[in-house]
This record gives sequence, C-alpha cells and structure tokens, in this order.
Amino acid sequence: MADTDVKTPVAEDGEAVDEAPKKPIDPDFEPEIIVFACHYCAYAAADLAGSMRLQYPSNIRMIKLPCTGKLEVIHLLKAIEAGADGVYAAGCLEGECHYLKGNLWARKRVNHVKDLLAEVGIEPERVEMYNMSSAQGAEFARVATEFTERIKALGPNPVKRAGVDAHAAAREALGGAAMPDDPAPSAATSEEGHAE
Amino acid sequence: MITAERKPLDEILELVGDKKKVLVAGCDTCVAICLTGGEKEAEILAAELRIKAEQDGREVEVEHTAAIRQCEWEYLDMIADKVEQADVVLSMACGIGIQSLAEKFAPKLVMPAVNTNMLGMPQEHAVWLERCVACGECRIGLTGGICPVVRCSKSLMNGPCGGSHDGLCEVTGPEKEEIECAWALIWERLKAQGREELMFTDRPPKDWSKSSSGGPRKMVREEAKPV
Repeated sequence: MADTDVKTPVAEDGEAVDEAPKKPIDPDFEPEIIVFACHYCAYAAADLAGSMRLQYPSNIRMIKLPCTGKLEVIHLLKAIEAGADGVYAAGCLEGECHYLKGNLWARKRVNHVKDLLAEVGIEPERVEMYNMSSAQGAEFARVATEFTERIKALGPNPVKRAGVDAHAAAREALGGAAMPDDPAPSAATSEEGHAE
Repeated sequence: MITAERKPLDEILELVGDKKKVLVAGCDTCVAICLTGGEKEAEILAAELRIKAEQDGREVEVEHTAAIRQCEWEYLDMIADKVEQADVVLSMACGIGIQSLAEKFAPKLVMPAVNTNMLGMPQEHAVWLERCVACGECRIGLTGGICPVVRCSKSLMNGPCGGSHDGLCEVTGPEKEEIECAWALIWERLKAQGREELMFTDRPPKDWSKSSSGGPRKMVREEAKPV
C-alpha cells in the first residue's frame, strides 16, 4: 500500500499519473536474480556474451533447462519463496523454440505467476519472460542489465530470509529437470582417478 | 469428470484464520485432471500461503500433500499422519473429497480451498463444459444424446421456448458467450438420426425426486457388498 503522505504524481495537464511513487534506490543493494535459461538459446547466448567480453551484472545466477517449456509455476514460486529478488526465464525467440512451443508455454506460466504474486502482495515485476536467440550475446547482456536495474529499483524481496540459498532452492524444486552445467565425469575416468 | 475452481486467496485466508499448522491436501483424481486441486496445485497454494504469511509477519507452518482419491477411506489412510499433525486442513478436492476427509478425521478442522462447480466435459485442453447434473433419471435416449436438463437454460423437457433464435438461446453465459439452444441441437441430431418423431411423442413427467430435490441420495449394490 502507498503511504498516504506520498502525493499522487500529477502530470502537467493535472491528471493523475498512473504510476506508483518510486522508492529511493539503495545503492548498496545487490539483488540475487535467478535465470532459467534454455539450453538452445539463452544459455548459448550467455556463452557468446562471455566470448564477446560483454559486461553484464554479476547478480544473475543461471539454471540451465532443456527448454523453458520445462519450467513450471512452482519453480518460479519456490525461487521467490526462497528469497530470490527477481526471477526470469530466457527462452528462444517466439516461433523458434527447439520443441516448437515450449517458450510460449513458459510465457503463459510466467504470466500466471505474476497473478499469484500480486495475490500475495509481491510485485509481479519480480518475474519476467524474455526471448532471445543463441546468436544474441548482446541481447543477453542487455536483458541481464535491464532486469537487474528493475529489481534494484524494486528493492529486496520482502520475504527474503537470511541463510536461504534461492539458487539452490530453485534447482531443488526442479529436481532432475535442470541440466548439469558441466558433464559429470564418466565412471571409467572416475575409477582411474583422472579425467581425460 | 467433477470440476472445481480454486477459491480467491482472501477467502482461503479467512477460513484458515489464526491457525498455525496448515496442511493443503490435494486430490489426484478429478480435480487434478481439471488442473485445480492435484498435488501440483496443492504445492502452489502452500507456497503462496507461506509467502503471504512471511509478508504479513505471521508464523505459520504450511505443508502440502495429496491423496490419490480423497473420497475413499483407504486413500485417506495414506495421508493420515500429516492430517493428524495439522491444526487445519485445506482440502482442494471436490465437495465429496472434502466431506470424506472431514468425516474420517472428525473433529479435525477441514476447510474447502476450492468451489466444486460441475460435472464437466473437457471440450479442449483447459476448457470444460457442463454436461450432466446427476438428475437420477437419464432421458438422453429420447433426445439424441443431448441433455436438455443441463444444456437448456430452463431445463425444459418438451421442446424449445420462444427464446430460441437461429439455434441460439436468448440467455448468454457468464462471459457473455453465446449458448446453443439445446432443443435446436436435439432437433438437428434427431433429424440426422431419422428419429424426428421423438420430438412429438408424449413423455411422462420427469421424476425429480430422484434428483437432489428428493433429499440425500444413496446407492447400494447388494451383489457387490462384501460377504
């Protein structure tokens, strides 16, 4: 709820501006942001952004998915419940999903989570859906920057608790669905005690 | 199948009141199929309640579980431990499941988290249409397989009223969507079956005492009762 002492912003023509009064941004606030990234696009775009030496905020922590279509409502909710300040899904460009419609399903689920968050009094802007191709390293960096700025403006997640790792909670909620970031060593190499 | 819709969160919070240990109990049969009250949805509601409690600074423990079928005693045994530990159980099953849970664990506080709304047919993914009201005396053998009790806005049993125009009912649905006139559909179906004469045959009045108007119903199959 807006503080009653805060005046509603008014435009020059005297009409109320449909915008909540902005909270002051805490310059020391470094948000924790979980990104559910599709293996075929956003994850590769992140690699490319790295290869291109592009700068983007270190606030984002990625979880690789085989497709954003794997993402369910509960995965996003669990990340928020565990204290993530923001969560977004990054899937393929619409019409270019490797599994045809996974990214479209993901968008619907993200929108549903926005409704659920509004219902419990959390800003729906803390979750978002983005689309990009594997060739868009610059877009990956731009989205990461834009979303981080958005969350910095919103401030910390009001249900954040000390000692809870939102990234770990989100991975756990996914169970076996998250793809390992590094391939596990094969049994043969493990037994021999050395890799490759 | 039986369909249900989740209640608004404010209503659910009111039902929970100041109870500290809350169990959200889903049912993995009908309400799971209609994407309202299965284990997945129970987990989502539990997460929402925890986030809301944290937001409001209330200390509440919220867990979730699901019975394969909440309307059968045996399946309720499987969730008994969790139910016993809760101060209040929010059931996401249909009205039958909620009452079974409340009866089995009486006087445990069991509250409905959903509104059971109809016996619906999944017309397409995520869309259900009412097709039966369990009136206890099925007449669709005379009406081309189309139920006038549920599909005619007035539940007329002997042909259309004056509100039927171009196959549509004068009444519109909750979202202002058009409703097809059941009796126009019946006429077309009977014509296609070559059974138009059924429109003009005398039918005995329907016995509504076999519906819910006749008090709570009971069915016993003697031949199937355990010996």
